[in-house]
Amino acid sequence: MAQSHAHDDHAHGDHHEEGWFLKYFWSTDHKMIAKQYLLTGMALGVIGAYFAYVFRMQLAFPNKPVPGYGLVTGSDYNALVTNHGAIMIFWVAMPVLIAAFGNFLIPLMVGCDDMVFPRLNRLSYQIFLISAIVLVSSFFVEGGAFGGAWTAYPPLSAKAEYNLTPLGPTLWLAAVALEFVAFLLGGINFVTTAMNSRAPGMRALDLPMAVWMIVIASILFMCSVGPLIAGAVMLMFDQTIGTGFFDPDRGGDPVLWQHLFWFFGHPEVYVVLLPPLGFVAEIITTFSRKRLFAYKTVLYTTIGTGILSFFVWAHHQFIAGVDPRMSNVFSVTTVLISIPIAELCFVYIATLYAGSISFRVPMLWALAFIAEFLVGGVTGIFLGASGADIYFHDTYFVVAHFHYTFFPIAIIGTFAGVTYWYPKMFGRHMDETLGKIHFWVTIAGFNGIFIPLFILGAAGDHRRIFDYSNFPELASPELQAMRVFATVSLLVMLAVQPLFAWNFFRNMWKGKVAEANPWNANTLEWQCPSPPPHGNFNPMPEVYRGPYEYSQPGRADDFWPQNSPT
Amino acid sequence: MAAAGAIPRPVRGAPIIESEVVAMVIVVFCEVMFFAGFLSGFSLIGARAPAGWWPPPGDPALPVAATGGASLALLISGVAVFWAGRRLDADRAGALRLLWGAVAFATAFLAYQVFEFVRLVSIGFTMVSSAHGGFFYTIVGAHALHAVIAVAVLSWAVRRLSAGDLRPPAFTAVRMYWYFVVGLWPAIYTVVYL
Ligand code: HEM
Ligand SMILES: [Cu+2]
Repeated sequence: MAQSHAHDDHAHGDHHEEGWFLKYFWSTDHKMIAKQYLLTGMALGVIGAYFAYVFRMQLAFPNKPVPGYGLVTGSDYNALVTNHGAIMIFWVAMPVLIAAFGNFLIPLMVGCDDMVFPRLNRLSYQIFLISAIVLVSSFFVEGGAFGGAWTAYPPLSAKAEYNLTPLGPTLWLAAVALEFVAFLLGGINFVTTAMNSRAPGMRALDLPMAVWMIVIASILFMCSVGPLIAGAVMLMFDQTIGTGFFDPDRGGDPVLWQHLFWFFGHPEVYVVLLPPLGFVAEIITTFSRKRLFAYKTVLYTTIGTGILSFFVWAHHQFIAGVDPRMSNVFSVTTVLISIPIAELCFVYIATLYAGSISFRVPMLWALAFIAEFLVGGVTGIFLGASGADIYFHDTYFVVAHFHYTFFPIAIIGTFAGVTYWYPKMFGRHMDETLGKIHFWVTIAGFNGIFIPLFILGAAGDHRRIFDYSNFPELASPELQAMRVFATVSLLVMLAVQPLFAWNFFRNMWKGKVAEANPWNANTLEWQCPSPPPHGNFNPMPEVYRGPYEYSQPGRADDFWPQNSPT
Repeated sequence: MAAAGAIPRPVRGAPIIESEVVAMVIVVFCEVMFFAGFLSGFSLIGARAPAGWWPPPGDPALPVAATGGASLALLISGVAVFWAGRRLDADRAGALRLLWGAVAFATAFLAYQVFEFVRLVSIGFTMVSSAHGGFFYTIVGAHALHAVIAVAVLSWAVRRLSAGDLRPPAFTAVRMYWYFVVGLWPAIYTVVYL
């Protein structure tokens, strides 16, 4: 029913060639919108990586012109760090992991022809694109881009007298708000499509984990983003018309912003975590030919984690003057939340146990995800102890912690998903050897960057300093050597990325042609042609079983597609 | 995840909840959280202020009684929409009249708000006079904005209904939005005015 409704909802030109513009920019096809999100997200990823390159060069080789940029001033540095973080979370992780993969996978995996509200979907991407343009434009206005950190704490973010960027912060906020609207529209589609467009026979517990994870992530996002939008409205009024919401002089309170931000901010880290957890579940089952260990446990644990994630936010504010008794409560909830996270890692490892594992490129990425994310999760426990955090807060230890979580999520997760679903998206294969070289160098580079930062942070290295020369105890040769090591590792890691770009773009046309189900996987997206035509399936699939029936005894094949009646 | 075995199960049931309604549940939920952000911020700052400083001594008293009266108009509009929904099948013309009545009552409420804002600004109470003023205009203004949207959407829906081309779940969604706008107001009134 939802399908027939999807059809009369938009008049798509099923059987005549659309013009170039209509096809690439005005399409309501979920696969095209997925590709728009994917490519836009990747393009912003390049910008974010470039920013990281520039500010890491400044940290390793202070006050020397950076090749490809020039001399980095203090305010340049601030703007680059701020927007690096904001871009990577809001314009890379969110659009790629949730919007691109959600759009591509959900209709295919539930076995329908498109999203329930295709025009809403198109609008979502258009608003997202505008948000990206607004963000980038903030670098070219008077005073330059916002430099008050991705968390945008007032009063620094509220008053131009302090941040010296009269327009940047407002544009930044507007971009973030637009981006949120885009994802709310997208999320409406994800939830309704997974609910109402499932193929006949498909029960809720037959949904692949990737669908569940994207849907739960969307719901978490919807539950948490409202208060932040309210905060953004107040902050924007403080910036533009001079209200006093966050100004103690006039009865306001700057810490209010921190509550609104982190009430959203901590659930947000699970919003971006869940989709790659779903991809990893698909990949490790396929490449170990095993059933997902404890499907329901994974599902209920994830929902539980999602709920708990609303009660940990003040662990970001232990030294912001919050009541120490409240800190204790948040320490406890923070340590509690590491239990379900650890459980998920164990469940994935149990899935691998005694499987027949093949180390194809997507599998390498998936395994790396588990290994690296564990480091991030474990270091979070140290930070969650409010006593320890008094020391660690705002040091490079925190920076290393969240990169050991975000890098697996945004970068490793993306590479895992792209290499796994590439044959389906583009109908061709990527090159395995290039993929493996790219994998190993990227992983080595990543660890080379952030292990030194843990040590630096433990040595007390404060994270918001752009030139350590004025801090003799931090400018010691040993600490500086570690900064240089981290930066060189970054250069190595960046140097290998063109290999991926080559592998990705060239093989869209030149790669080995992919059959419908190259990995012998069970889920529905592999049961339609690669790439799927407009409308995806012909005939529409019917579903007889769950997604992970691998290596069933008594069957000739070691896989059992969800739609196979026998 | 049932035990392997070829069970003849493909049947597509009707959706448990129609897509339009799911979408509206999501929208309303996000909106509720949005206003919860404002209201909790308002209460938090009020609770933290030293005794006698909230609302700030310079700010005028808010028109509690007059606004309470205007609130009645909004509540009546909610009841009208509720009755219209129940009577739509039995008495279509009557239901449509009720819906137009709801639009009229909500518009009266909005007219009162405009009048109130103009009066308060004219005695020097503005968004920038204090954090309290900022909250007052932002919260009440945001609600009024939502009420304007609700009036527009309901008017559109009534015209589609009269023409006979509105899917029942879409009408349900429109009513849900209306109930949200009406139901939110008592919360705002209690926190901000009282
Ligand atoms: C889902 C994966 C996670 C992500 C993406 C993540 C991300 C982040 C980010 C971005 C920050 C720093 C924010 C900033 O100040 O700019 C942070 C800090 C923190 N994280 Fe995580 N985190 C994750 C998991 C965890 C876990 C499992 C724990 C604890 C068990 C944890 C505990 C903390 C604490 C306590 C801080 C605050 C440290 C401070 O600012 O002093 N995190 N995390
Ligand atoms: Cu957190």
